[in-house]
Amino acid sequence: MMTSENKTTIGELNPALLNNLLEKYSKESKISKWDLGASSSKDISVQVQDGNAKQLKGSQRNSLTLRVWNTNNKVGITSTSDLTSEGIKKAMKGAIEASRFGNYKETPEFSSLAKSPLKNIKSTVKNNHRIDELLSILKQAEKKLIETHKSIDSVPYNGLSENYIERLYINSDGANRYMKLSQSSIYLYAKAQEKNKKPRSAGGIRINSNLEELDIEACIDETSNKLISHLNYQPIETKKYLICFTPDAFLQLINAFSSMFNARSIIDGLSLMNEESLGTLVAVKNLNISDEGLHPENVGAFSFDGEGTPTQNINLIKSGVLLNLIHSEATARKFGVNPTGHAGLGAKVSVSPDWLVVSKSDNEIDKDETLSVKTTLKEYILIDELSALHSGVKASQGSFSLPFDGWIVKDGKKTSIEAATVAGDILKVLKNIIKIENEQIVTHQGISPHIWVDNISITGEA
Amino acid sequence: MTNSLLTKQSENLLFHTFDETLKPQIEDLLSLGKSAGADIVEIFLEKSDNISLLAEQDAISSVSPSFGIGAGIRVFLGKKDGFVSTNDLSKAGLLFALTQALGMLGLEIGSQNKNNFEGLKNLKDFGIDKNTWLNDSPDLNESTIKLLESTKLLASKNKNLQVRRASYSRNWQEVIVAATDGVFARDIRLHQTVGINVIAIKDKHRSTSARRYGSSGNPNDLRNWDIDKSSCDLNESAQKMLHAEYVEAGQMPVVLANKFGGVIFHEACGHLLETTQLERGTSPFHDKVNKQIAHKAVSAVDEGLSNYAFGSISMDDEGMEPQNTLLIENGILKKFLSDRAGSLRTGHPRTGSGRRQNFSFAAASRMRNTYIKKGNYSPEKLIESIENGLYCKSMGGGSVGPTGQFNFSVEEGYLIKKGKLDKPVKGATLIGEAKEILPRISMCANDLDLAAGFCGSVSGSVNVTVGQPHIKVDSITVGGR
Repeated sequence: MMTSENKTTIGELNPALLNNLLEKYSKESKISKWDLGASSSKDISVQVQDGNAKQLKGSQRNSLTLRVWNTNNKVGITSTSDLTSEGIKKAMKGAIEASRFGNYKETPEFSSLAKSPLKNIKSTVKNNHRIDELLSILKQAEKKLIETHKSIDSVPYNGLSENYIERLYINSDGANRYMKLSQSSIYLYAKAQEKNKKPRSAGGIRINSNLEELDIEACIDETSNKLISHLNYQPIETKKYLICFTPDAFLQLINAFSSMFNARSIIDGLSLMNEESLGTLVAVKNLNISDEGLHPENVGAFSFDGEGTPTQNINLIKSGVLLNLIHSEATARKFGVNPTGHAGLGAKVSVSPDWLVVSKSDNEIDKDETLSVKTTLKEYILIDELSALHSGVKASQGSFSLPFDGWIVKDGKKTSIEAATVAGDILKVLKNIIKIENEQIVTHQGISPHIWVDNISITGEA
Repeated sequence: MTNSLLTKQSENLLFHTFDETLKPQIEDLLSLGKSAGADIVEIFLEKSDNISLLAEQDAISSVSPSFGIGAGIRVFLGKKDGFVSTNDLSKAGLLFALTQALGMLGLEIGSQNKNNFEGLKNLKDFGIDKNTWLNDSPDLNESTIKLLESTKLLASKNKNLQVRRASYSRNWQEVIVAATDGVFARDIRLHQTVGINVIAIKDKHRSTSARRYGSSGNPNDLRNWDIDKSSCDLNESAQKMLHAEYVEAGQMPVVLANKFGGVIFHEACGHLLETTQLERGTSPFHDKVNKQIAHKAVSAVDEGLSNYAFGSISMDDEGMEPQNTLLIENGILKKFLSDRAGSLRTGHPRTGSGRRQNFSFAAASRMRNTYIKKGNYSPEKLIESIENGLYCKSMGGGSVGPTGQFNFSVEEGYLIKKGKLDKPVKGATLIGEAKEILPRISMCANDLDLAAGFCGSVSGSVNVTVGQPHIKVDSITVGGR
């Protein structure tokens, strides 16, 4: 049992305390090798409706994942949200039990980089605000948004939150990582209704490290402008179109197919790519895609991953060529490279991208230099947001069929599309890009310019 | 305030069994909430013990046990509520959470001293016959053997399978709900689900197929799982879809198969009948009670009572027993699904539908077992009635937008030509709007069946059942190439 001298405040992990506990319990259990990842968070959030508070929420959450290597070098894990000493002891017992079923053909090891120096991420932990302050801000935002247009009747989905998160990784080999950060976010999803027309809706999201710098005005403007532009809508004909993906939509699409860059998925046969794909041309020559968890705009960045590996920026596609993959310790060992800082923690470790950045190679020319979202007059479809990615994407086959919000644009005039789906094959999309615009736009999920692709199937309700 | 890591054993509710002995401590907290001026205070305590396993090809690649504890405290004042969740089940942790929840509504413990709390009723124990469920479920050893059997059997059925995966999860949850209206109830929940999926590859052709099975309250479910039948079904689907061509987009009549075909009703209509949607003013059916919203062929219910069904519950997460709620009768809207907050804000009576994934979510009105009732036709009659259309044998996931637009992917589809099933097609998506599609469901077959699934919404991911007989939709937009 812990002593009172070790007291910490709520929402704060204590690496030394956890380390001591694990040393004690591992000795008792004859476990010589273990590691753990833990996180703690506290957050408050508000929702409003018609100028009144609807639901106000707060939470304080802890979680811990413990991994042990048994005497046969088989690995077992347990997760728990019970961070009492008894809870941790129970987790140790569970992990040892699970280790009996560890996969001897694929035993994870400690990351070779778990003790290497970390990049200094400029994370900030700001003073939190009172819930009534958040409420007042969100009420104002709701009111302001509704007042931007007479047809906007409500903001049925909205929220303003402030989160504090901390994370640690420690292992029996002496690795010790700890970091904390704070975040603030707002989402506004408004609805408009005009007489004898269908209801229309649109939304916006902003995230920042603190409430003072959260661009609420931009979120209101974006939501309002989008929604107003959807009021005048029309059905569209089913056929193939010239498409322009907004940065948000293109990042959604790439994220949905990120198993292309995922070494774990490749090993498991779940990816469109295979080991031979590395070094081959998989996209047009002027496309670059990198994963940049350390990008200064990524306010949610942690300096290490679930295995304690430092977060790194990785070029995934460079000038159309698949250059690198994202790795955990185990996949990196199989590929003979270093882990990349994208891992979770588990008996079988998953990997995922942090912050995708799409850009254009300087030395390559677009197939159609004339295209520009600001000046193009010929007909095209501007796809702004894709829906149902969980059901409409076949990541292992490359195909997608997705509803979207967007506009048909002709002579520079945007008309909202009543309802439609876009369908295609991701590899064909990557090879049929005809224009990558120069301006890179920061979104809440990464960075991308507008991307133009020709000859894509759109199904309308007309 | 101490970190839960440091709390002493004697102070921690976690170390109590969830039973009547908790009553005085919970009553103390509820009493404090009332004395601060709250209209209602509600406490939800939870312990969980879960296991998930993954078998890939012929090896177990992941065994992940997890344990959870937590509490959610909600305070109502008028129509607004404050909700705080915590992993800290110490007395101090719960008091802190209560103080926070009260503070959100501008209330302070002891400030009003108007305590009219009359105490909790006797514990209503829905879990009393379920105390052995955790031990009665398959252990890790038995579970791994069963999963490996399934992936081996898959291999024997089809040599084109590049990937064979089987996953199993067993979720056990013990809860206590108490509120200042006197509710004091305990339950134990047990859910088991098996998912199997394959990727078949031949030359340049690829297909993926998946199936999920699940039950609630049956410790023997994994033991009873018919592996041979499941693997035959999955292989047949993978094989047929391997050479399927992309469907041509357009408007057409469709027949949706029974069981998981019911996801269309769940998404396109069910969500719009939850008071959660009514509160937001986004349901097109908000003023349609006792009015025709669907074809007269359609009657639909939501209930939590079917034996072993994945969405069945003994009590909801607000301590109320579930109802058999008739939603639509012969096309006429009869009732909405309501939880405590939804009832307060919309006036619709509670239906035992207050559900949440766990302690970290406030309960909201959610579906349980939702299905369209059977009709009089044979499934063949529905197909025979179509000249050119689509048969959707297996549906993937789907979603509904804030104003009722829905979409679903079709995992396994076949063209219908001159009243008969024709070649398989892939890449189909069904899209439409609830209030336009419901009147077009013109025929229901006599083969109602249910399927297990997970539904994500405001109160997290909950176990649900979807279902229907084969149904015919006269016209729907099919997205394709």
